[in-house]
Amino acid sequence: MKPGSIAVVGAAETTKLGKIPDVSVLGLHADAALNAMADAGLKPSDIDGVATAGASPVETAHYLGITPTWVDGTSVGGCSFMLHVRHAAAAINEGLCKTVLITHGESGRSRVGAGGFGRAPSSLMGQFEMPYGVTSPPTMFTVPVLRYLKARGYTVEDLATVSVIQREWAAKNPRASFKDPITVDDVLNSPMIAWPFRMLMCCLVTDGGGALILTSRDRAKDFPHKPVYIIGTGESVETPMVSQMEDFTTSKAFRVSGKKAFDEAGISQKDVDHLMIYDAFAHLPLYGLEDLGFCAPGEAAAFIRERNTAPGGKLPLNTNGGGLSYMHSGMYGMYALQESVRQMRGIAPAQVEGAKIAVSHGVGGMFAASGTIIFTNQD
Amino acid sequence: MERALPQPTPETQHFWDGCAAGELRLQRCTSCKQAYFPPRPFCPECGSRQVEVFPASGKATLYSYVINHRPRPDMGTEPHSIAVVELAEGPRMMTNVVGCPQTPEALQLDMPLEVTFQSFGAITLPFFKPAEA
Repeated sequence: MKPGSIAVVGAAETTKLGKIPDVSVLGLHADAALNAMADAGLKPSDIDGVATAGASPVETAHYLGITPTWVDGTSVGGCSFMLHVRHAAAAINEGLCKTVLITHGESGRSRVGAGGFGRAPSSLMGQFEMPYGVTSPPTMFTVPVLRYLKARGYTVEDLATVSVIQREWAAKNPRASFKDPITVDDVLNSPMIAWPFRMLMCCLVTDGGGALILTSRDRAKDFPHKPVYIIGTGESVETPMVSQMEDFTTSKAFRVSGKKAFDEAGISQKDVDHLMIYDAFAHLPLYGLEDLGFCAPGEAAAFIRERNTAPGGKLPLNTNGGGLSYMHSGMYGMYALQESVRQMRGIAPAQVEGAKIAVSHGVGGMFAASGTIIFTNQD
Repeated sequence: MERALPQPTPETQHFWDGCAAGELRLQRCTSCKQAYFPPRPFCPECGSRQVEVFPASGKATLYSYVINHRPRPDMGTEPHSIAVVELAEGPRMMTNVVGCPQTPEALQLDMPLEVTFQSFGAITLPFFKPAEA
C-alpha cells in the first residue's frame, strides 16, 4: 500500500472483557462493531466494507444491517485482522469501498454460540498430527520450543521472564484479567501443562471482541478522533502443520510479513516506539523480536531480561499485558491492534509518552500465518 | 474411548498401506531427488509430478517435543510425549516417542530413534522408540 493513504478512524473493544456468559459470538461481534461505530460517529448505513474472521462476513454484515460493496472473510487464525487491515487498505485505495468495518468476537471461555475446535480426520493435520494426541494450542504451538531453547542457549527461566514482565504491564491496565505481580518462581511452580510449558506461560482463555473502522486519508480528518495512519503492512503463511515448519528456531511467516511491512513503511527497527507481538505463549515475543529484526538470533532473552521491553524500557512491548495477562479470546490479533491504536491516540492505560510509530505483529494458527501492521499518529 | 485415527485420502493411501505392511514409505522426486513428507503426488521443491514412493530406513533423531500432562481422553491418563522426529532421509514428522520413560531426562534432543508400528484395527500408526545400540 501507499504509506499513510489509509487511516483508522474508529476503534473499540467489547463493552466487557473476560467472562461474558450472556452474549453469543455473534453478539460480541455486534457489540464491538457498535462501539467502534459510536467511536467514529457512524451508523451501519455509513459502512460499505466488512471484514471478519471466525464468523462469516455475510453473517456479520446482515446482523448489523450493512449492505457492503466489498467483503473479506480471510480466516487464517488470530492474525486474520492484521490481514483484513492490509486487504481493506488495498480495497479502499482501489475504490472498491470507502469505509471498512473489521470485527472480532469470540466466546473463548463461555463458549456461547461458539463452534467446535477440530480438524477433519482426512486433512493432513488430521492424518499426520492428530493421531499423536495433540489437543489444542498448548500441545501444538509449544512443540518447536525445546529445539529453539537448545539452539539459542535459552532456558525455561527465560520463558518465565516473558510472563513476569508482561504482568508488570498488565498491572497498569484496569481491564486486564490478571494484575497481581508474579515472579519467575511463581511461573515455574505453576501447574505443568505440556513440558516445558507451565500454566503461567500460556495465554488466558476469555470472552470478548473488538472492531476497527478504516477509511482513506482524505476523509479521515472529518471524524471525532485524530486519525491513526497505516504506513506499512505485511502478511504471509507457512504451514498448517507445526511439525512441518521449515525451521523450528524461526518463523518464515514472521520474517516475510515483518520485512514487507518495514520495507513498505520505509522505517527501521530503531524508529519503533511501541511494539505488540501476539503472545499466545511465552515463546512468541522471543521469536518475534528475532524474526522482526529487533534482536539478533540468541539475543532476545537477554534483551527482555535486561528490561528493555518492560515499563521504562526503550522498546515497550505488549503494553496491555498481552495474551498472557490482559485477555485472549482465541484470535487475539484484534486486541494487539486495539492497543497499538490506543497508543497512537495517546489514550492507553500504560501510555508510552511521545510514541509516534507503533508496530502490531500477529500470528495465526501454530506459526501457520502472520500479519504485521505499522501505524503512526504523524500527518 | 477409541483413539482418534486418520482417514486416508487417495493421495496418502500408500503411506497407510505401508504402515500396515510394517514399512515407512516416503516419496521423492525423480528429477530433483528431494525426499518429502507428508505425501502428495508432486514434488514440493520443484513442482514436478514425476515422483516415486520408496521405503525409508526408519531411522530418525529426536528434533523437538512436549510432554503433555493433560492427555486427550483417547490417549490415556499418563503424561506422554508429542514429538517431531527428523528422519534419516531428511523430512520431519510428528509422532510419539514410545518404549522409554516420558520424562525430560529420558527424552534427549538428537537421541537416535527407530520406527515401530502399532495397529489400531484398520489403521496402523508409526511411532518411534530409542534405537538399539
